Amino acid sequence: MLSPAILIPAILNGLLTGAVYALVALGLTLIYGVLHIINFAHGALLSVALFAAFFAYQALGLDPYLAIILLAPGFFAFGYGLQRFVIGPASHGDDRNMLLITLAIAIILENALLYAFRADTRTIDVPYAFETIDFGFTFLAVPRVIGFGAVFIVALLLWLIMGWTDIGKAIRAVAKEKLGAELVGIDVAHVYAVTFGLGTACVAIAACLLIPTYYLNPHVGNAFVLIAFTIVVLGGMGSVPGALVGGLVIGVIESLSGLILGESLGQIGIFLLFIAVLLVRPSGLFGARA
Amino acid sequence: MSDRIDSFSRRKFLATTALGAVAATIAMPSVLRAQGAGVKLGVLHPVTGALSYSGQQGRLGATLAIEEINAAGGIKALGGAKIEPVLGDAQSTPEGGNAEVEKMNSAGVAAIVGGYASSICLAVSQAAARYDLPYVVDVGVADNIVTRGLKNTFRFGPGFGVIAKTALNNLVAINNQAGKPAKTVMIVHEDSLFGSGLAKLLNAQLPQQGFQILETIPHPTPTRDFNNVVLKIKAQNPDIVIPANYYNEYVLVARTMQQQHVRPKGIYSVLGGAASSYKFVKEFPDAAKYIMDCNHWFDPRNPKALALKKKVEEKGQFYTYEVYMNYSCVLLVADAIGRAASADRAKVTAALESSTFAGHVMPYGPTKFVNGQNQGAAPVNTQVLDNDIKVILPPAFANGKPVFPMPA
Repeated sequence: MLSPAILIPAILNGLLTGAVYALVALGLTLIYGVLHIINFAHGALLSVALFAAFFAYQALGLDPYLAIILLAPGFFAFGYGLQRFVIGPASHGDDRNMLLITLAIAIILENALLYAFRADTRTIDVPYAFETIDFGFTFLAVPRVIGFGAVFIVALLLWLIMGWTDIGKAIRAVAKEKLGAELVGIDVAHVYAVTFGLGTACVAIAACLLIPTYYLNPHVGNAFVLIAFTIVVLGGMGSVPGALVGGLVIGVIESLSGLILGESLGQIGIFLLFIAVLLVRPSGLFGARA
Repeated sequence: MSDRIDSFSRRKFLATTALGAVAATIAMPSVLRAQGAGVKLGVLHPVTGALSYSGQQGRLGATLAIEEINAAGGIKALGGAKIEPVLGDAQSTPEGGNAEVEKMNSAGVAAIVGGYASSICLAVSQAAARYDLPYVVDVGVADNIVTRGLKNTFRFGPGFGVIAKTALNNLVAINNQAGKPAKTVMIVHEDSLFGSGLAKLLNAQLPQQGFQILETIPHPTPTRDFNNVVLKIKAQNPDIVIPANYYNEYVLVARTMQQQHVRPKGIYSVLGGAASSYKFVKEFPDAAKYIMDCNHWFDPRNPKALALKKKVEEKGQFYTYEVYMNYSCVLLVADAIGRAASADRAKVTAALESSTFAGHVMPYGPTKFVNGQNQGAAPVNTQVLDNDIKVILPPAFANGKPVFPMPA
């Protein structure tokens, strides 16, 4: 049954799916890993971004990949504003408040979508949606291969921003020592908002990469978020390479355990691995040792 | 768990008896007033939550029927009484359905139409039975909705047993007609009651009809990626693939099969989530081509059904089965209220029991209720042909001929 003819395509598919998980997790790892905000609104933001990409295509005729140019800055601004003017002021610096506020935002966003667009499931039909690359032993969908490549570019950019720019250094400084960062003159509220904005921009890019082959409805983001949280913890809080590797690993594990145990039990593999990693390396694969 | 249910039902019992007492006193005069005044009709659907799309479509069908009846002069036997809809939202849960029954009962409705999901229909029928409130199930196919001896519950459409039997017979008929090209089958089903129940039934019945089942693949709802499932199908190369899942997953399976160049001789579904959906055909004509389905459908030869289709499409909505089934159910209830010449619950129930209503838009035989189940109800087989959905079986309602095996 498990001949290489099935096994190898299954692994490849897992990698392609995992790349998108990784991108959603990248956004989360910044927000969750750096700011320690358990961002329940991440899934709802993904749903909003999918709707934005959908209408960019339907109303403006904008190809989803071109829409990234528009949506990534747009969602950066949205995320920035959300943290700077809503989450930050309303939470008064208390983690528990943040958790409740992001949950509230998630509920508001989802229901606003539901109210505006109903629960109807939508899809777009781009001309290349069904195109495949023939590798001889398997077909890979073109949009998923493009998505795979794009995720690496985004991860590389983020890694460069975090490592070599002033704002990246400021983000890391705030994550390590908030009071100290404030003392040396870093505008902490601004850094928080920029980080949240970057995380939200990642979600917008993920939405644009997903939409050619996927569907959207107001609840669709939830399916990705639990997995994204798992990846963040697995890869190490706040680690860009960790989120990337974690996402790919989870994608392959999900694919293989789905193949072997049956699709209904596919997610068991993810959480077994998750528990195993936490037992052996509590700080995650790429996390700094505590 | 059982503790929770016990205390819940005890509290609920106290609350509902109190409510019932109040409702009875309120309902009495409203029954007397019903002459000339409006007749209240409960329209209950899951318009929010996971099932909201179907629920909203159902509500659309029901309200369209009410508008038509009222525009045509209301219920004549009651001096032209207008039907006043009491809209309810089951919130996609049985508990939500229960709560709405309580509200509708206090509002003094003459009957309730709707439910949609089997789980909601089961809860609603039981809650309505406490008030002897006539309840017409719009869709819910679980067989036990009408086999529990509830006198108030009527199902106009077919139940699961009838649908599955028809689907099997028609599959065999189509295959025989084409010279038996298909011998092997693979089933892809969602793993809740609907898909698993169907898969079990097919596994028991198909081998008796000479089909070999190569593999049965369950998957959860939602499933985000069907590449592995399609890889398995590709490896085994069955003649027929039978998907039994809800809309999103159905579309993903069909699209992934197209993408991986998997072309069996036929894709045949039973109550397929998307197989007979205009939305699917419109959005993915290539993936939908030649898919066959055994499902609820309107009578394509009935002018009233086509007029309704036009009306719904003019509103920018898809003409889905929820629409015409609810439309027909409301007409059925209005007919019963008319013949009872009363909004009295017992009289309406009696009128439904003896109904021979023929003014609906479904491809059914003569209406006759036995233990609450309409004996004339039956599904039909459809196929996606020429970017449209045609009825291919039974011949009495067909407007297309089956194309099987699928042309390469």
